[in-house]
Amino acid sequence: MIFRYLFILFILLPFNAFALIEVDITRGNLNPLPIAVTSLSMDKDSEKKFKELLKKDDIGLEISNVLKNNLKKTGLFNPLNNDAFLQKSDIAHLKPRFEDWALIKAQALITGKVTFVDDKLRVEFRLWDVLAGKEMMALAFTTVPDNWRRVGHIITDKVYERLTGEKGYFDTRIIYVAEEGPKTKRIKKLAIMDQDGFNTKYLTLGNELVLTPRFNPTNQMVTYLSYFRNLPRVYLLDIETGVQEVVGDFPGMTFAPRFSPDGKKIIMSFAMDGNSDIYTMDLENRVVERITNHPSIDTSPSFSPNGKYICFNSDRSGYQQIYVMKSDGSNVKRISFGKGLYGTPVWSPRGDLIAFTKLHKGKFYIGVMRTDGKGERLLTENFYQEAPSWSPNGRVLIFYRETKTNSKGEGFSAKLWSIDLTGYNERLVDTETDASDPSWSSLLSK
Amino acid sequence: MTRNIIISSTFHLLIIIIATMSLPFLVKKPIDLPPIISIDLIQISDETNIPFAPKAKKIIEKVKKKEEEKLVSEQAPPKKVKKEKPDIVPLPDEKIEKIKKPEDKKQNPEKIDSEIKQVSEFEKDELFDPNNIAALIDKSKEDVAEEVYEKNKLTQDQDKSINIIGLSLSEEDALKAQIFGCWSIPLGLPYNENLLVRIKLKLKPDGTVIRSEILDHARMNKPGQGFYKVLAESALRAIQLCQPLRVPSTGYERWKDLQLNFDAREMLEG
Repeated sequence: MIFRYLFILFILLPFNAFALIEVDITRGNLNPLPIAVTSLSMDKDSEKKFKELLKKDDIGLEISNVLKNNLKKTGLFNPLNNDAFLQKSDIAHLKPRFEDWALIKAQALITGKVTFVDDKLRVEFRLWDVLAGKEMMALAFTTVPDNWRRVGHIITDKVYERLTGEKGYFDTRIIYVAEEGPKTKRIKKLAIMDQDGFNTKYLTLGNELVLTPRFNPTNQMVTYLSYFRNLPRVYLLDIETGVQEVVGDFPGMTFAPRFSPDGKKIIMSFAMDGNSDIYTMDLENRVVERITNHPSIDTSPSFSPNGKYICFNSDRSGYQQIYVMKSDGSNVKRISFGKGLYGTPVWSPRGDLIAFTKLHKGKFYIGVMRTDGKGERLLTENFYQEAPSWSPNGRVLIFYRETKTNSKGEGFSAKLWSIDLTGYNERLVDTETDASDPSWSSLLSK
Repeated sequence: MTRNIIISSTFHLLIIIIATMSLPFLVKKPIDLPPIISIDLIQISDETNIPFAPKAKKIIEKVKKKEEEKLVSEQAPPKKVKKEKPDIVPLPDEKIEKIKKPEDKKQNPEKIDSEIKQVSEFEKDELFDPNNIAALIDKSKEDVAEEVYEKNKLTQDQDKSINIIGLSLSEEDALKAQIFGCWSIPLGLPYNENLLVRIKLKLKPDGTVIRSEILDHARMNKPGQGFYKVLAESALRAIQLCQPLRVPSTGYERWKDLQLNFDAREMLEG
């Protein structure tokens, strides 16, 4: 009873209303955040040891360069030139003079230290908010010295996540088809590299044509299409052991494979008698299940991150368009209705978008649309490009583009490119050879 | 039953008391004159403040005028009133001497002399003569009137800014334009989430920030609110980078507390 009265009293209590002026800030600049990345400092003993082990004069500088390159490529950060720094890196790591860093327009600062401890490389780093004058994050990693590049990637992931709020995508790998030779006699090999183009390794010898490699969720297995003995079939390859096997015993061509989000199934197309449909195969019990059953060409299936839906492309409407269905094949629904042909749909790891290749009036586009088909945005346009693959955080797409090598339209080159969802940050991805059919792994360190 | 009635009537009474004391329309308009009187008296008597002298002289004249108007007639000349007033209440000689000492130090004692005397006499009158309370009130009214008069001398723009509750469009635009330049929007944020960061600022008259407070601060440290935290931090950086903020040169009381609502959706949707 008393509480009821108190409640009524509280409501009746008049408050002095005062007009607080409110100003809505709905615009800002899209300039990358200026960030200072100092060279990671080292003591003399550690410097000597690392020089012997890694043949690098200044491993601290090398790691900070990995970090800077990663940040720069995101388009979200602007790493400042080290020549402008006013404070020494070792002192800054202990206590930065924020006014000095603010003077060179840095808004964030990364400092760190590398030491040689028990035959291992130990890196500690700190991220500072220059304008607020406070530490935002401090972490340390210990690993074998050979892993120094990975340490740079892991630090980038942490910094990126702290400053953008979303997971990074730097401690990842990309598998792709490395290409060499003239177009009519192309040698194609499976290759794997770090996302920044370093540490390339070739997984096949190039005796057979290989296409569309895809990682499984743990990044240990790869499924791909190989023309072994001129019969195109889906294969499974264990990256660590090098053992490979044919997926399923299909009496015809299988292609466009992809893992399910839990890694237990492979979804792919199977073509026979001019018709192709979508199938899954359980990797544990090898049970094959037919998902679509339509006289048209259904291909390029891709699971949604929760495994409940599948997007694919089909020409059942007369033109190649994107469709979405439940994972058991029911409730097929067309989602693309724009002009042109749509193909290679890939569901975003975030689950909110589907990336695709579009062909319209002789030009190829890489674009995204929402899972209901609305909000189509074309990110990039070119003479020939296709096969987008998402970064694990669903922010960047990697794809390949074929171009002529000179202005006369002679020659031929295929390269990997990346573009983020804004459509502004398009970059060439460094590869040792020509490259196509890229697929992004998930984060190696989770 | 009786107990409930007692409780009920107690709380009703409480409501009435609280409402009477705090509801704006029930509160009588405060008379702000007395406090002004006391402050003026202390300052002037303690320091024999010379700059106040001419003002006081005018006040005396006006007060006397009014008194004459009320009591005698409109014909009474101001000079006579001046003389009469000091004569009524005799002043202690010591205090006059005390006041004279600082006068000697002044460079132009002749001009200021008479005015000082009058002021001091006036002040002492006020201090010692309770009958002059009405005059004191009148004096304070004159002070207020003079202030209002001075304000009226301000330019039209300044006058407007005092009367307007919010910022004018041009003032708001200037502030917005400044912050737009300082705010680096984190491009990695999702465009389809409700990410509005409200920051309340306490400002100095020159636009520097005394205090900034995120109104939904609790959201900063909640799990799954990483994007909000990033946006809030970017907004705080923008404020730090921008200060002193481009605020109007007048009307500090209006904008000393300011709320900025940072909303990046428009930009992120592109």
